[in-house]
Amino acid sequence: MTDNILASGHTACAGCGEALGMKLLTNVLGPNTIIANATGCSEIFTTLWPRTAWRVPWIHSLFENAPAVASGIEAALKAQGREKGIQIVAMGGDGAMADIGFGALSGMLERGHNILSICLDNEGYMNTGIQRSGLTPLYASTTTCPSGKDSKGNDTPKKDLPAIVAAHGTKYVATTTVAYPRDIEKKIKKAMEINGPKYIHILVPCPLGWGFDVSETIMLSRLAVQTGLFPIYEMENGKITSVMKIGKKVPVEEYLKLQKRFKHLFHGDCQCQLAAIQETADANIARFGLMAEAKKEPVPAV
Amino acid sequence: MSPASVLEKMTMMEGSKAFADAVKVCRPHVISAYPITPQTHIVEELSKIVANGELDTEYVRVESEHSAASVCLGASATGVRTFTATTSQGLLLMIEVLYNIAGMRLPIVLMCANRSVSAPLNIWNDHQDSISVRDAGWIQLYAEDIQEGIDMIPQAYLIAEHPEVRLPVMIGVDGFILTHTSEPVELLDQAMTDKFLPPYKPEIYLDVKKPMTLGAFADPDSYMEIRYSLHKAVEDSKKVIKEVAREFGKTFGRFGGDLIETYNIEGAETVVVAMGSIVSTLKELSDEMKSQGRKMGVVKVRCHRPFPDQEIYDALKDAQNVIVLEKAVSLGQGGILGTEIRSLFMEMEDPPRFSNFIIGLGGRDVPMNFLEMLVLEAEESPVPFKFVGLKEELLGGEK
Amino acid sequence: MSFAYGTVAEPATSLGNKTGTWRTFKPVWKHEKCTGCGFCNIYCPDGCVTGEGKGTSSTRTADYDYCKGCGVCAHECPVKDIDMILEVK
Repeated sequence: MTDNILASGHTACAGCGEALGMKLLTNVLGPNTIIANATGCSEIFTTLWPRTAWRVPWIHSLFENAPAVASGIEAALKAQGREKGIQIVAMGGDGAMADIGFGALSGMLERGHNILSICLDNEGYMNTGIQRSGLTPLYASTTTCPSGKDSKGNDTPKKDLPAIVAAHGTKYVATTTVAYPRDIEKKIKKAMEINGPKYIHILVPCPLGWGFDVSETIMLSRLAVQTGLFPIYEMENGKITSVMKIGKKVPVEEYLKLQKRFKHLFHGDCQCQLAAIQETADANIARFGLMAEAKKEPVPAV
Repeated sequence: MSPASVLEKMTMMEGSKAFADAVKVCRPHVISAYPITPQTHIVEELSKIVANGELDTEYVRVESEHSAASVCLGASATGVRTFTATTSQGLLLMIEVLYNIAGMRLPIVLMCANRSVSAPLNIWNDHQDSISVRDAGWIQLYAEDIQEGIDMIPQAYLIAEHPEVRLPVMIGVDGFILTHTSEPVELLDQAMTDKFLPPYKPEIYLDVKKPMTLGAFADPDSYMEIRYSLHKAVEDSKKVIKEVAREFGKTFGRFGGDLIETYNIEGAETVVVAMGSIVSTLKELSDEMKSQGRKMGVVKVRCHRPFPDQEIYDALKDAQNVIVLEKAVSLGQGGILGTEIRSLFMEMEDPPRFSNFIIGLGGRDVPMNFLEMLVLEAEESPVPFKFVGLKEELLGGEK
Repeated sequence: MSFAYGTVAEPATSLGNKTGTWRTFKPVWKHEKCTGCGFCNIYCPDGCVTGEGKGTSSTRTADYDYCKGCGVCAHECPVKDIDMILEVK
């Protein structure tokens, strides 16, 4: 058995979806990888000096500059003529990639670097204590948008980061999640073959932040997909080229009721809110043609 | 060297162009910068140099200064020599990256075309930008003229990359004054620079053959020691800064500079201390006063960080009047250089009479006769702290 | 100790941190119905499931030095061949 690129002994929470996600994708990436990692859970639980869980060259600088640091790494390797066969990765959470580091991500994508960007999406700023991010879904409760007498939680929809990335002309944009390791493997391998910007958006459930039992990480990951709330697809050169079909659609309540961050929707009158969330799921199903029986022409990504 | 042979090697050149040329001969592998007045000519000239194949480098055109510094950080961590330039708001935008670079001990060289800070917005020269990062752990040098700015660049790399230093170096050149004017200069010869500055070869860098983790976080159990070692590294770099200046002198045949420079201080009753291009004007004033039989000396603080406390103390201790001029201010406290220098004389029994003037903010011109007036004012009665030359009519009676 | 390159760490030094002390529940592989699917290994966030084979000759187990007892392996085992046992220390 070859060693995992992400060694044991890291201090992620038990059942952490992000730790699992990083383990799965870095094992496919292999040893010829250099990672520029943003501040966040992924960095904090893997590298407390003098220890590190990483078996590949890895650098952490700041919260919002992983894509810029990665750009510099690529430039240096090119300048030295030793960039062949090395995959450079810019990795960060939804905070780092969708919000505070969005400018740096956009610049990197626009410049056309041969870099794989990975967004570890746990739908909130988890490392700082479960605060709302641009990727926090509708009506989720977080510490900065808690449910209360006057609030039903987050009142904005989830920012469509993969579409924004695709709008940069990014050659390969794919979503995936930890429940489907073979899907992760296929997509990482495909990304590695592309010379240019590529982007993988991986949903990584957070037991602490979402409020579910630590053993249920994979179950939640699967349900997010089966409700249609997190569509799994590939976009190449602006067109959807594959989707993961849903065999039997699961009503959103089945997914939401397992998570404390949505429990306020099951008290009092929240029919409107639940309907809105169901609408989001249904819209994804229609847009991407997720139902197994649907015969759909590939639609433009944006 | 005969005057004729020196003149032969000289050329009239705009500062920015000359600095770009000096960067070129230092052979950085990665350049990344974001344009901002008055740094623009430097990066535009570098772009031209790259476009004409005169320098084999990767030039990364970033979307912000924060990313410019971050690209250099990533490249430097991958083991190559890098360069960036900025000023004012750009420098302020990249502040957290600057602290990060110093903490990660990356030998990046940054040229700062010294400019004031907003608000209000102002594009003209003063030192408020680079002086506001004096605590970041960067070595900070200030050039008096274009030639000195040119000469500082290869020295900066040699200092930064020295295994006992491993710190980033910032070179301050007064915006517009040194970037957009022309002086007769001697450009650096490529062969001589190659001899002076060998290729950068770090021991640790991002490499799949030796997979290290860089930039791990540190908890209370180790953070203090790590910060102390950074402080010590900055302090200890004084030795290398002097050595490198001497080496430069030997290789290029002209004075390479030191931590400070003194001018006409022997027997001077009054000594004026300053940084940057204003020193040239002070030297002229000193010569003029000398011709009138008056003794006024000048101390140029060439290296502000590490702070050359002993050197400054030794240069000023015998003066009767010390006047510190600065193009920056610590709002709500007073002069920055002034406070630093005044504190050197705390234990002295009979310290010099001390004055501290804030001059030239936002590009306000500081002519020689104005400086003379300040000297006379301070000699008559020391002025602990004052913004000078303020226009009363704009202040509606306040001061 | 020199910090001339900042806070540098040698690869996989996290192995010195035995996260097994975190556990309350411990996964125990029964090696009865194991199909050899490998999900327990694949889905472990800490990468500490070892062993191979299936049925009664399965050697699958956890490296208890690092196992945090999250129970993902037990939850995902399609044949429920893993039990989560309250660990008494």
